Amino acid sequence: MLRTYLLAVRAVFVRDMLHFWRERSRVIGFVASPLLFWLLLGAGFGDMGRFFNGSLLLSVMFTAVFSTMSVIEDRREGFLLSVLSAPAPRCALASGKVLAGSFMSGVQGLFFLPLLIVTGSPMGPGDVAAAAGALVLCGASFTSLGFWLAWKSKTPQGFHAMMNLILMPLWLISGALFDATTALPWIRSVMALNPMTYFLATLQRTIPADPNWAGPALEAGLLWTSVCGIVFLTAAIMDVERRPLGKEGQ
Amino acid sequence: MSAIVEASGLRHAYGNRAALDGLSFSVGEGDIYGILGPNGCGKSTLFRILCTLERPHGGTAVIAGLDAARGGIRLRKEIGVVFQNGSLDQRLTVRENLIAQGHLQSISGSALKARIGELLAEFGLESRAGDEAGTLSGGLRRKVEIAKAIIHRPRILLLDEASTGLDPGARREMWASLNRLRSASPVTILFTTHLMDEAENATRLLMMSRGKAVAEDTPHRLKARVGGDVVEFESDSPGLANDLKERFPVEVSESSGRISAETPAGHRFIAEAFEAFPGRIISASLHRPTLEDVFFKAAGEHLAEPDSGVRSA
Repeated sequence: MLRTYLLAVRAVFVRDMLHFWRERSRVIGFVASPLLFWLLLGAGFGDMGRFFNGSLLLSVMFTAVFSTMSVIEDRREGFLLSVLSAPAPRCALASGKVLAGSFMSGVQGLFFLPLLIVTGSPMGPGDVAAAAGALVLCGASFTSLGFWLAWKSKTPQGFHAMMNLILMPLWLISGALFDATTALPWIRSVMALNPMTYFLATLQRTIPADPNWAGPALEAGLLWTSVCGIVFLTAAIMDVERRPLGKEGQ
Repeated sequence: MSAIVEASGLRHAYGNRAALDGLSFSVGEGDIYGILGPNGCGKSTLFRILCTLERPHGGTAVIAGLDAARGGIRLRKEIGVVFQNGSLDQRLTVRENLIAQGHLQSISGSALKARIGELLAEFGLESRAGDEAGTLSGGLRRKVEIAKAIIHRPRILLLDEASTGLDPGARREMWASLNRLRSASPVTILFTTHLMDEAENATRLLMMSRGKAVAEDTPHRLKARVGGDVVEFESDSPGLANDLKERFPVEVSESSGRISAETPAGHRFIAEAFEAFPGRIISASLHRPTLEDVFFKAAGEHLAEPDSGVRSA
């Protein structure tokens, strides 16, 4: 059974990697916007370090969205039908997707990291390894969330709407743009409950771009990022098992 | 012959629209079992239940001794599936698609390599193995789909409207591949179609309308149910079907402007009809009974009737 599961995860993972490689220009277009965002905000505020990790989190989010969006159409007509009708546990589908999303987030983040020199905070090899680990963890949580939301969506347009209504606002109040310390009390409470605050904390505490960061500690970041990832992944797997073709509408 | 697929009293609804309404049938091992019906008659819902993508709301479907509602992984080992809209990854090459499928079926390493080589040779795909699936013609894509579906040598091959979008030549070739496959291995084939000529490939045929079985037999025996000749009239005169029925001792049916009559001697009937109703018949044609005639007779409704209450496939 384990072999069946692992081989199915491998099939999904390899397929996503091949797509990633063959659709490089599309991927670059997709993740270039956070970079631009960082350059403009950083230059505008005259502080390149302040928005670095926030932008990095945005790029992880876009990667997760990019890698999970395809499941909406794929499960009706496409590769995912093969996965769903194969004699492998259907959780292999979610696992393979999340693995691919985490890997892509890690790789892209590592391309982003050399830009940190601009902020005057060079990193040693140990820091880079820690950063890679943090990126992969955030990527896994984000992809799990993305997969779960995508599975709930009937159409890619619905997924986009969810991204604009849920993911972007959560990112805005994760501490990526402003500190909790200067925010109104009610926003501060919302920020404390926002999973992305902890995703960002995981990055902020491992990638020393913004020494003035006053958000949660590394332990809280790691703990809540992991817990959220597990919760999102479990929810996604349950949804796939319950509704292999997604929401009714076939 | 023992049944390898047994459906009894299958029910499924989308909201309050019944897609399957107490459907029962039985497929013998080694059959080429066709399920014929118009779009929206419930074929695709049935298909999704058989490959465990959907659970029936009532009744049971037993495949290779396993309940489709519960059989899950074990059942999916026994089936190979060709989906209506395809399940190839267009950005992956033919070989990569087959490798992925092998892994999904728990085949790997040298066994997988050998099996892929075998399939590429069998379907004449060797020269296209390195091409992305998206660049293949519709006919070739279908071949890859079938190769993919049988990579693990399933006992049952399920095909959902597999020839949709194929030109007649490609469709013939697809069936030649399927027949070759069946002569080489004892696989049972279950296919759905809305095309009458494709249904002729079946060794047994189930005709479906509005989620129900309306006839089931071999295509030959089904056609024998329509006696003698079939005469079809083209007419713009309202009420002609009823007038024909009243005037002649023949069975007349009408749907969507098509009036057809069963009669032992069609040539005589045509002459009599023209004489009896001058100016009301535009044209008449005569042919031997086809599956289409059987279907019209059995279902009593027109193909692809849009208000059948079920979403189309």
